[in-house]
Amino acid sequence: MSTDALFDLSLTEEQRITREGSRRFARQVMAPRAREADEQAGADDEIVAGIAALGLPLMPIPEALGGVGLPRSPLSAALVIEDLAEGDMSHALAALQPMGAVHALMDFGNDDQQERWLPSLASDSFQAAAVALAEPGMAFEPSQLQCRAERHGDAYRLSGSKALVPMAASCHWFVVVAMDDDGPAAFVVPADVDGLSITPQAYMGLRGAGLCTLNLEQVKVPLGDRLAHFDLERLMALSRIGLSALAVGTCQAVLDYSIPYVKERKAFGEPIAWRQSVAFMVANMGIEIEGMRLMMLRAASRAEQGLPFTREAYLAHLQCMEKAMEIGTNGIQLFGGAGFVRDYPLEMWYRNLRSIAVLHGSLMV
Amino acid sequence: MINLEIPQKLGQVQQMAQQLASTVFRPISRKYDAIEHGDTPQELKPVAQMMAAMPRGEGKKGAGDDGAIRNGSNMTGILAVEAMCWGDVGLMLSIPGSGLGNAAIMAVGSPEQKAQYGKLYCAMAITEPGAGSDSAAVSTTAQLDGDEWVLNGEKIYCTAGQRCDAIVVWATLDKSLGKAAIKSFIVPRDTPGLTLVRVEDKMGLRISDTAALAFNDCRIPRDHLLGSEEVGDTEEARKKAFGGVMQTFDNTRPQVAAMALGVARAALEITRELHEKEGVKADFSKLPYNSSARELALYRMEADLEAARLMTLKAAWMADNGQPNSKEASMCKAKAGRMGNDVTLQCVALCGELGYSEQTLLEKLARDSKIIDIFEGTQQIQQLIVARHLLGLSSRELK
Repeated sequence: MSTDALFDLSLTEEQRITREGSRRFARQVMAPRAREADEQAGADDEIVAGIAALGLPLMPIPEALGGVGLPRSPLSAALVIEDLAEGDMSHALAALQPMGAVHALMDFGNDDQQERWLPSLASDSFQAAAVALAEPGMAFEPSQLQCRAERHGDAYRLSGSKALVPMAASCHWFVVVAMDDDGPAAFVVPADVDGLSITPQAYMGLRGAGLCTLNLEQVKVPLGDRLAHFDLERLMALSRIGLSALAVGTCQAVLDYSIPYVKERKAFGEPIAWRQSVAFMVANMGIEIEGMRLMMLRAASRAEQGLPFTREAYLAHLQCMEKAMEIGTNGIQLFGGAGFVRDYPLEMWYRNLRSIAVLHGSLMV
Repeated sequence: MINLEIPQKLGQVQQMAQQLASTVFRPISRKYDAIEHGDTPQELKPVAQMMAAMPRGEGKKGAGDDGAIRNGSNMTGILAVEAMCWGDVGLMLSIPGSGLGNAAIMAVGSPEQKAQYGKLYCAMAITEPGAGSDSAAVSTTAQLDGDEWVLNGEKIYCTAGQRCDAIVVWATLDKSLGKAAIKSFIVPRDTPGLTLVRVEDKMGLRISDTAALAFNDCRIPRDHLLGSEEVGDTEEARKKAFGGVMQTFDNTRPQVAAMALGVARAALEITRELHEKEGVKADFSKLPYNSSARELALYRMEADLEAARLMTLKAAWMADNGQPNSKEASMCKAKAGRMGNDVTLQCVALCGELGYSEQTLLEKLARDSKIIDIFEGTQQIQQLIVARHLLGLSSRELK
């Protein structure tokens, strides 16, 4: 499908300004404190507050509900995710998760549902909510959800488990995706509802993101909290763009961190960067990041323009999950033993990057 | 505003090229794979006339005076080359009139040279038996004798070296001065002293003539040198002079990357059709790792093709808008070159006996794809260029 619009990679003035701010925050605040959050297995409150102060969840919320009332912009969201992931993937995921939840309500909820749930997130301080799609276990498949919703009179009863929910312990509510008689459906579930238990889980990476499992036992949800216009394909595709942006930002951090090191580190009397075996690894990182970024941007810009984007988002995510891991591995390899010890961030990036293949439904742009 | 879709206006060029590829190239693709060392295929002559009649890319660099973004001749070229190579890359290279030499003349030629040679079919001769990727090691010599240059040496792997009207030849004015003394010269094909030594037998691109040429006291007029005669008396000036010669590649590498895009798309389309007949459909309905090995292979190839395609469009877009794109041109050539090779070879393997046989075009596409990762700078040369850019290292530091 083609339109009159020219092929263009220039940012708008607004995107450029936002980018400057988010990159500065990523470099100056997030990156230096990422390691500590990883070690303590918990998010850094100041980073989370700093990201919340950017006000991203507020943007699409209607003014009447306390938001800014800007049109939905998957592209701007993707750019911010990429920028903040350059600082730290864990915190980008944790602190931007409410933005994903707002997007879900904006895209899938009716007016009543938006009025009911969005004001709790319309704030400059961190107010959490999350989309809960992924399920525990080995071979999760979104089209075959195990979590069920059964209709009992004037309410649904939800039973099952959800996994990899960021900052779940702080959330006001969740968008839980479950199978009902008509197929996949989404329900807004308040965090304090009876029958819902939240259990923190330890993972290989993303240790600062507060990832939890939700267990639902006959959780009662009123009919009115079943999202009116839910579209699983759209949720998956927008999430794939968000995850791709996380991968691109983190990989850029790996590359930017590796370049000065290989130019400084000497072996056999000269910098290792002067050797093709090392330099070509750097070149290939740069080459693959370029492809990953353009695929992510294409999917996001198609979503922004209202063009079909399922295919583009799927391919971007596939490319990102695989190439990102290649880059994470090679980052450590370039540093040798220094990449493996925890004094340097390479091993943390490696652990974090593996998550791109495992997270689903998070960070809908 | 970020938009990675092809605008309607350029989409028309793409459709025309695709039409040409499917109605003219595809039906004769096998025929000319079997005929090596022939004349220009008859079927290509009307194509050449048609292309000569089309408005030439202005060759103008930079955004419009208003600073507005342009989608110009570089991007149009990418789309046309990609579509034609979907039809047949060897046939596209055999269309009289648009050789690599033409690109060099359009990039650095004087107005007179452009007028005289711009519409002829110009090949490019750089590689020698002793100098391939290391183009600074060229040892063909050019000596000024009165008002004429006298060329001596041997060139190989010259695409269209047999059928062209003229050849842009790289030669050194003084080998002891290194890169800076390397200049390019326009040598009409019928100049005495220029002889065709042989035409190569190849694995792919068989209809395209790849020539070995000898220059023995080959005399051309003094004004047939492209660019300036100056060698430069400072190292900085010398470096700049050679850089100017190499700049041609910033425009041509994305075009060569586009060849790989066309070849890979062709292989992937055929493979997907064959799989759909067997009930294997990669329709994005399941997560990658819940898909079958065949589905996953199809997804991965499509993703790699998409990455290479967008990178190529970006490099061309930068050229159209006057942005320095040397790094991006090499990035897209590296990515597209290896992708084209990987994809076509995987397609043969996925289609088994059928893919390996001459019953489909898959085996031919796999043979054709290999050279695209070699000519116009090998995979390794592209990586070297990208690495130097990223690391900020000179060619002395990163050899």
